[in-house]
Amino acid sequence: MNQAVTRKDGLPDPLSTPLDQLDVADPRRFEFDTWQPLFERLRSESPIHYQAEGPGGPAPHGDFWSVTRFEDIVEVEKNWEAFSSEPSIAILDPEPDMSVQMFIATDPPLHDDQRRAVQGAVAPRNLQEFEAVIRQRTQETLDGLPVGETFNWVDRVSIDLTTKMLATLFDFPQEQRHLLTHWSDAATSDARITAGRGLSIDERRAIMIEMLQTFTELWHQHKANDRESFDLIRMLQRDPKTENMVDEPLSYLGNLMLLIVGGNDTTRNSMSGGVLHLHDNPSEMAKLKANPSLIPSMVSEIIRYQTPLPHMRRTATRDVEINGTVIPKGGRVVLWYVSGNRDADAIPNANEFIIDRPNVRNHLSFGMGIHRCMGNRLAEMQLRIVWEEILERFEGIEVVGPAVRTCNSFVRGYHELPVRLHPRI
Amino acid sequence: MPVITFIEFDGTQHQVDSESGLSVMEMAMKHDIPGIDADCGGSAVCGTCHCFVETSSELAAVEPQEESMLGLRPDREANSRLSCQLQVSEQGGDMTIRLPEYQM
Repeated sequence: MNQAVTRKDGLPDPLSTPLDQLDVADPRRFEFDTWQPLFERLRSESPIHYQAEGPGGPAPHGDFWSVTRFEDIVEVEKNWEAFSSEPSIAILDPEPDMSVQMFIATDPPLHDDQRRAVQGAVAPRNLQEFEAVIRQRTQETLDGLPVGETFNWVDRVSIDLTTKMLATLFDFPQEQRHLLTHWSDAATSDARITAGRGLSIDERRAIMIEMLQTFTELWHQHKANDRESFDLIRMLQRDPKTENMVDEPLSYLGNLMLLIVGGNDTTRNSMSGGVLHLHDNPSEMAKLKANPSLIPSMVSEIIRYQTPLPHMRRTATRDVEINGTVIPKGGRVVLWYVSGNRDADAIPNANEFIIDRPNVRNHLSFGMGIHRCMGNRLAEMQLRIVWEEILERFEGIEVVGPAVRTCNSFVRGYHELPVRLHPRI
Repeated sequence: MPVITFIEFDGTQHQVDSESGLSVMEMAMKHDIPGIDADCGGSAVCGTCHCFVETSSELAAVEPQEESMLGLRPDREANSRLSCQLQVSEQGGDMTIRLPEYQM
């Protein structure tokens, strides 16, 4: 018998345990940052891996297929007809009575119509308008930080800046912007993917209804106060294909959830992750300080290395073969971006954080194909500005305690990152 | 080999001698032409090598994958292509490639 070993995540050993006794989607591997060995094993032993149930019987998220290699993930992303984004892009099926509809979880042509209506808000032309305001807010936030004492970077910087940006994108009252964080967290805190620590279906439903009510009022206010503005709500109102979305609450709510989560968790956790990755890799920090023109490249590397959304899910519309394995019609197919981004066959030295690596933009964190992240340029710009302003002010950001990570298989991020700033001499 | 003329959004022109076996995207990357990002490296799955083909002899048809990505571009025109899907051949004539205001 194997000697029982106490692992910090409390889960069976990912290398010696038979694969059919492991739950690939157990969120505790992300909470304790112990996910890498299992995914490395899957890439080599079972790259298209079927999981019938969890180790203790049926898992809360049901049975599913895991795709873990970079090239295979791209193949699935390309084939949107065989690998549908309906009914859900997360491992979980939609909850009963809460079948919200969001364009990321639809196929063409509806997907294309709704996406086109709003993507102008985050198109680079509009970003030029945003750049000055983002920089000013970033400067204010950084200038307000305590130097030489320990504070939580997640709260003081990452949440603060991403939420201000999100409020701007919706033309949402800045003084109530904390609600956006609250709703975003609730949208991804389903108890079924957070080892039971998230919210129940009833709790989430109540919060989502509150969000819908607030945004329905905001829709009517914006409508009454129509002006030349590239906020997301007015863009929906201006497009004939979406001008009445407010009358379809499940569609309006779903797309709000998409835009709020899409614009929030991702950038927030990359903003925190970058601080941690640079702290853990002092030679890369030295490289950056010697050559600040590496910032755009480093931003792409941070986004790859962090992979703030570890997976997206597709559903097979027919029996379909991928890399020699047939996935049956109806099969739930989980694309593990977090694994593809560490696939050494596609990315040399994939486990290393290298801010000037070749082809740095070629990663999976934004997804690929028709559902590729619409806000990717905005995210990169926000991160670029943060790092430009950090280098202006600080010699370094020292991480002085353990990071507290989210226990979630859909959002890979941080609750706490205790840091201390060292001012430039 | 044919000559490819890239015209940036601001009008700046770059002329390069094409090489057999390379796509128009790869030519742009090789010569550091600004305005082509090519995030996915040539798989037609990111849409960030979008361009407008101004003059050319006959081009390869738009395949469904390229079409699905072009369909998302807010600035699509009739001559929109993904430059990673345009192969340069010795038989083909010179090409003029106009670059968009932005990639996304």
